[in-house]
Formats: sequence, C-alpha cells, structure tokens
Amino acid sequence: MADRQATGYTLLFATAICIVCGILVSSFAVSLEDLQDENIALDKQKRVLEAVGLLQPGEPIDEAQVAERFAPIEPVLVELDSGEAVEGDTATFDQQRRARDPATSTEAPDNLAKVKRVPDRALLYEVRGDSGELEMVVLPIEGLGLWGTLYGFLALDADTTTVRGITYYQHKETPGLGGEVDNPRWKDRWPGRKAFDDEGEVRLAVIKGFAESAEQDPHSVDGLSGATITSNGVTNMLEFWLGENGFEPYLDRIRAEAN
Amino acid sequence: MAVKKSEAALDPLFNNNPIALQVLGICSALAVTTKMETSVVMCAAVIGVLTVSNLTISVLRHQIPNSIRIIVQLTVIASLVIVTDQILKAYVFEISKQLSVFVGLIITNCIIMGRAEAFAMQNPPSLAILDGIGNGIGYSAILMVTAFLRELFGSGKLYGYSVLPTVSEGGWYLPNGLMLLSPAAFFIIGGLIWALRVYKPAQIEMDG
Repeated sequence: MADRQATGYTLLFATAICIVCGILVSSFAVSLEDLQDENIALDKQKRVLEAVGLLQPGEPIDEAQVAERFAPIEPVLVELDSGEAVEGDTATFDQQRRARDPATSTEAPDNLAKVKRVPDRALLYEVRGDSGELEMVVLPIEGLGLWGTLYGFLALDADTTTVRGITYYQHKETPGLGGEVDNPRWKDRWPGRKAFDDEGEVRLAVIKGFAESAEQDPHSVDGLSGATITSNGVTNMLEFWLGENGFEPYLDRIRAEAN
Repeated sequence: MAVKKSEAALDPLFNNNPIALQVLGICSALAVTTKMETSVVMCAAVIGVLTVSNLTISVLRHQIPNSIRIIVQLTVIASLVIVTDQILKAYVFEISKQLSVFVGLIITNCIIMGRAEAFAMQNPPSLAILDGIGNGIGYSAILMVTAFLRELFGSGKLYGYSVLPTVSEGGWYLPNGLMLLSPAAFFIIGGLIWALRVYKPAQIEMDG
C-alpha cells in the first residue's frame, strides 16, 4: 500500500473522495427532482388556498382535495404594464425565470424591496363566486428579507383594498424570528386591514409593536419581535407590488370593472 | 481497545447517551422537538446519516490520510446530509419544510463527527454500524421523550391527535405556551439528565 502520509497519496485520496461524493449527491439531486417539483407546485397551491381562507394552516389535505378546493380559483396571466389578462399556458408559467430573462422583463427602478427585474407578465389568481362575480384576487409578492427573498401571496377582496390573507411559500428567514411569517397567529392579524388609503396610496405596513384591531388601525399589522428587517421587508414588498411597477394597473382595471 | 458488539450498540442508550452524558447535539434537540412528527423524521434522518457515515469512515479508516481525516469525515457526512435532505424534500415535503435548516444542520451535529472521529476511525465496520445505530437511538430516545412532553403539554396533542382538548377548541386544557418555546426543551433535557444521574450515580461529574 502507498505511503499514507505522502503528499501525492493525500491529493489523490482527496480527489477520489470529492468525485465519489459529487457523483452521489448529484445523482440523487437529479433523480429526485421531478418528485420535488411536484411537491413544490402542490405546496404553492396549498398556500394560495390558505391565503384565500379555503385551507386552515396545518390541516392535512391530499392532492385530490387540493384540486377540489381549487375549483373556484382561476389562474390568470396578466400583463403588468396594462393590467390586461393575456393568453398563455398557466401550468408551466415560471415568473422567476421570466424575470431573469432580459427579453421578457425590465429592470426595476431602485426600490426598498430590492426587486431587481420585473417580468412583463405575472400569474395571479381570481376567485369567483357561484354566479361568476369576482370575490378575491390573489397576487404573487416577493421581496428581500434578512437572509434572502421571500415569496408569497397576498389575497385582496374584490374591492382591491381589503386584505383577505397573506402567506409565504418560500423564504430563508431565521426560524422563530423572521420565520414567524409562517405563524398562523400572525397571519390571522392580516384579514380586514386596508392596503390603500382613501387617496389610493399604498399605506399597509408592518409596524413595530402591536397594531390595534382592523377597524381602529386599518393600515398597520403587528411587527414580528426580533425580526425588524423581515418585518420591513414585508412592508417594502407590499409597497412595491401594489404600486405602479407591480399590480396597480391590474387593480385599477378591476376597480373600474366593478363600478 | 476491544469493544463488544452488544456494548457498542447498547451503551449509548443509558450508560453513554450522546445527549445526556456527552451533552452533544443539543441545538437540534431544542429546535425540532415541539412536535413528535417532526422529531420522528429528524431522528430517522440522524440515525441514517450516523450509521452510514460510521460505516463509510470505518471502511476507509486504513486509507484515509491522517493529515486530512477531519475534512474527509466532513465531506462524507455533508454528502450524506444533502442526500437525506433531497430524499425528505421528495417524499415528506411538508415535514421537510418544518425542519427547514435543521436537516442541513445535521452536518454540524457534534454527535456524528464525534462518533466518526472517536469510534469509526479505530473500529471495524460491523462495530461502527452498531455504534452508529446505538448513538442514533440514544439521541432519538431523548428527543422523543422531550417531544412527547412538549407536544402533550404545549398543544394538548400527541402525534397531531388531540389528547387533552384545548380551551381554544372548546375543551378544558389551557396549553402551556412555554412548552412550545426552546427554553422548555432545556428544562426537560436538564430534568432527564438529572433523572438519569440519580439512576446511575456513576455519571455524576465530580468537581475539581
């Protein structure tokens, strides 16, 4: 056997270990990718259901039930600039990829949510009642927290200003601090708050400390203790995505159609 | 040093428990024990990683160059943890989301590198496997007892099923919120260590 202390042997051994481990890890990653993607898609649907109140957090639910409860929810592709619905395949739509591609996105103006590029189209969800009238819209939101970008959904009433729910499906915040954006009790503080003031400005913000009830203090939500940066991140992403670079044209259209 | 097979597997349960005596792996024990369901998955992951890493290191123990042995151990452990994380994401997605970073943190769980360096480097594969399983189960035993107490008194449930109907669901039990916070795990693990040392006084560390 070769000398175990020789430099050449050590290098050889290190290389061999790296190759073996590399092959092991990548083969698992590649072979399990399809299953994981399915799980992620299903999880996203569950978060949409949570945002609109059709699913309680932590409620066990299988794939068929998700599909069933999703019946009144219609995915809609919307052109952000005009706010108009456009034709397209909603099943394979990947907003993050679209935002990266220069051909299908524009550079965002400097913003606090640290959104770098805005896609030309976004996938949102419209919830309709039995007679086809619009009840809610579910908007995708994203923005920088402390450790990374938070991705989630904001459900607004058909009046386009009353919040019906908020959920996040992907984030890297600290469990127990910023990770509390997943806490059902915090999410319960959102419904009934007003996203816009009477002048149509985005006013909804996560404040420091406690906010009063939705009637008394409609534009504030309790801050997350020990997670100021995450809380501010949530405020900033609301301001961005409800504003002119986000869904303002779409919401204007919905409002106009309702009157 | 000759170690008997039965000792390798059984010692870590009470005599040389990784959490209670060696006081290793406390960080994950605090984080994932609010519910039994997440704890079970975490325990399975740790037992799996620990057993396979012990086996791998033991098989390679005569080949690993001494100067880079810690890095080699870490590479093996890190690879196994990533594979485990991928499997959890594919088959138990909801739970893997709840475990979030703590699956990745198995890499830094001192039990695993500790056993690789202290045991697998000196012992043949058969013993190393038993040592891995034993330590994994020793870790799991403490985790499951902690999770049992925290879930029962913190949310009135066991494995997600309501046992003590809580006030918020129309029952009589007012859940103890402290149980759901990390300090509760400190109290429970402290209590378990105390109980174990009363039962086995040889484990008491003498001052000075």
